[in-house]
Amino acid sequence: MSALTIRDVSKKFGATEVLKDINLEIGSGEFTVLVGPSGCGKSTLLNIIAGLERQSAGTIRIADRVVNDVAPKDRDIAMVFQSYALYPSMTVRQNITFGMECRNVPRPQRDEAVARVARLLQIEALLERKPAQLSGGQRQRVAMGRALVRDPLLFLFDEPLSNLDAQLRVEMRMEIKQLHQRLGSTMVYVTHDQIEAMTLATRIAVMRQGVVQQFADPETVYNRPANLFVARFMGAPPMNTLPARLEAAPDGTVAVIGDVRLPVPAEAGRWIGREVVLGIRPECIAESTRHFTDTPGAVITMTAPVEMVEPTGAETIVVLRLGNERVLGRVSPDLRHRPGDTAPFTVDTRKVSLFDPTTGDRVV
Amino acid sequence: MSTRPATLDTMRRLPEYLVIWVPLLLAAGHLISFALWTIWVSFTPSTLVPVTGWVGLRNYNAVLATRNWNIAFDNLLLFGTAFVLLSLLMGLGLAILLDQRIRGENVLRSIFLYPLALSFVVTGTAWSWLLNPGIGIQKLVNNLGWTSFRFDWLIDRDMAIWTIVIAAVWQSSGFAMALFLAGLRSVDADLVKAAQIDGAGPLRIYRRVILPVLWPITVTVVVIQLQFAITTFDLVRALTGGGPGIATQLPALVVYDFMFQRGLLGRGAAAAVLMLLTLLAVLLPYWAWRYVQHRRASRA
Ligand SMILES: Nc1ncnc2c1ncn2[C@@H]1O[C@H](COP(=O)(O)OP(=O)(O)OP(=O)(O)O)[C@@H](O)[C@H]1O
Ligand SMILES: [Mg+2]
Repeated sequence: MSALTIRDVSKKFGATEVLKDINLEIGSGEFTVLVGPSGCGKSTLLNIIAGLERQSAGTIRIADRVVNDVAPKDRDIAMVFQSYALYPSMTVRQNITFGMECRNVPRPQRDEAVARVARLLQIEALLERKPAQLSGGQRQRVAMGRALVRDPLLFLFDEPLSNLDAQLRVEMRMEIKQLHQRLGSTMVYVTHDQIEAMTLATRIAVMRQGVVQQFADPETVYNRPANLFVARFMGAPPMNTLPARLEAAPDGTVAVIGDVRLPVPAEAGRWIGREVVLGIRPECIAESTRHFTDTPGAVITMTAPVEMVEPTGAETIVVLRLGNERVLGRVSPDLRHRPGDTAPFTVDTRKVSLFDPTTGDRVV
Repeated sequence: MSTRPATLDTMRRLPEYLVIWVPLLLAAGHLISFALWTIWVSFTPSTLVPVTGWVGLRNYNAVLATRNWNIAFDNLLLFGTAFVLLSLLMGLGLAILLDQRIRGENVLRSIFLYPLALSFVVTGTAWSWLLNPGIGIQKLVNNLGWTSFRFDWLIDRDMAIWTIVIAAVWQSSGFAMALFLAGLRSVDADLVKAAQIDGAGPLRIYRRVILPVLWPITVTVVVIQLQFAITTFDLVRALTGGGPGIATQLPALVVYDFMFQRGLLGRGAAAAVLMLLTLLAVLLPYWAWRYVQHRRASRA
């Protein structure tokens, strides 16, 4: 059963089209992350799902019911806002029970629900406070509480962590993930943080300028990006993308980048003799002693000049020249390369991506 | 060496200091010295001209014993309450209507704010014509055919005070509206969205989510309107002149009457000081409240 179906949805604000033909089918219990740069239409799409905004065309189904003309309160959804949107004049308890108050839930039931959520989120001590007397992280929890107190068909999150500091963000990210595993509910989560997207999602929809670029599980989005935009957007540091030329070689196909020849998957055969853009993740370029795989021919070794070194602690990012193109590699922090050195590196070519240089679409 | 840039800086900002501080000090000096002078006069036996001497609270007792003052103060209570409540409700109502993103909002907002740009004398005079049974609204309705229609509050001893309420509300609801509208517009749109998802209807959203955000603005509006009510002079003067008889006397008119009609400076000053005390009774709690709010905000 699909929990949420978005069919041919588009949205215009006046003459500007902010969403174009969105099609997404989300299964029950899935954690879908909408990710994309600022202004690409993520919040607009979420608001349309919630019924807070009306689509210009297309249909929304929640649990196989068309909800185009259903008011937000009757869509059986709960939403967490980026600004948290806590009612400033109400206590935490009243904030959490306001929905039940509107639905005339009897008081004993309300109290029970609050107690359950407060225990789950560890906000029991805060129940009688006003939002102004809470820290950012506490407010975030209360906002979560207001959504979790219900048992909706669909949870919608609009960048719920973006106002938190880095450390709290990581903590809350883990908690949300655990929560999803425990509750098994269907969630749609908006973020422009690709790490959040990778860690939380069962499937990621990457958006750009109102168009879904790719809708797939995190592993596919990361390793087999549908186009250059997705390749560069997901991953930090981003995927290296360099112009290359495909040539036939005795044992398959190679991509030629200056004086470097990288073996590429056989399916690329029909592009032999043509220019492509080759994408390779920084973690596929490492020091020469790294052992990637036993597959013969998948790994090549080369020497390259080092231009810059950025130690991050757990690893070191090196900027090096690969056939005259600048690329990033991730090497062990024990190595002490210095700018200007020439050093040996291994390149794991099993996961290279090839893109059409004119359309940017994935070739292989 | 190090003092030179500072001197230069002072020189450069001299015009600012002159423009801001000189008028401010002059105004404050005026206000305070006249207030002190009035307080002093209120304890002297001055009549036509100020004289020295000390009569203690005699002027105050005399003022408080006059019928004129008592009627004026009762009128002030009625007028102040009615005026503040009505202009608050009108202002809030207009602001909520304008907040529905209706067309022509800018035009309507200007129209509602327009009376504020008029002098109270103009407002009073215009309304004195409108409410005059012989030439105003009553005459118009009578001429339209409803000959038994009566709207003669202006010459009715019991109702005349309400004509002042009407004119004052007309003049200043636009001001309340502007403040409330700004408040409504400052409410985070996500709050309304969250309430919609929670299942609250428009009425409940206003009552539980939006209006509570507005209450600091409400306090401000009430205080500003109250202090206007206490010092009302020109509006009554132009509209009813305090009449019929002394039915619409207000404290400011009593002060004027004592000082300039009857030549009783001491008593007039005492009445003025009583007005000042009434004003302080409103303003001091307000300042205290503001201070507490400020403290709380800076602590959070
Ligand atoms: N009410 C509106 N009227 C006109 N344009 C709007 C309106 N709301 C959003 N837009 C436009 O639609 C586009 C998408 O906005 P949206 O808020 O959905 O972006 P977003 O992906 O959520 O961005 P962010 O990551 O910054 O939150 C933006 O270009 C924005 O300017
Ligand atoms: Mg957004």
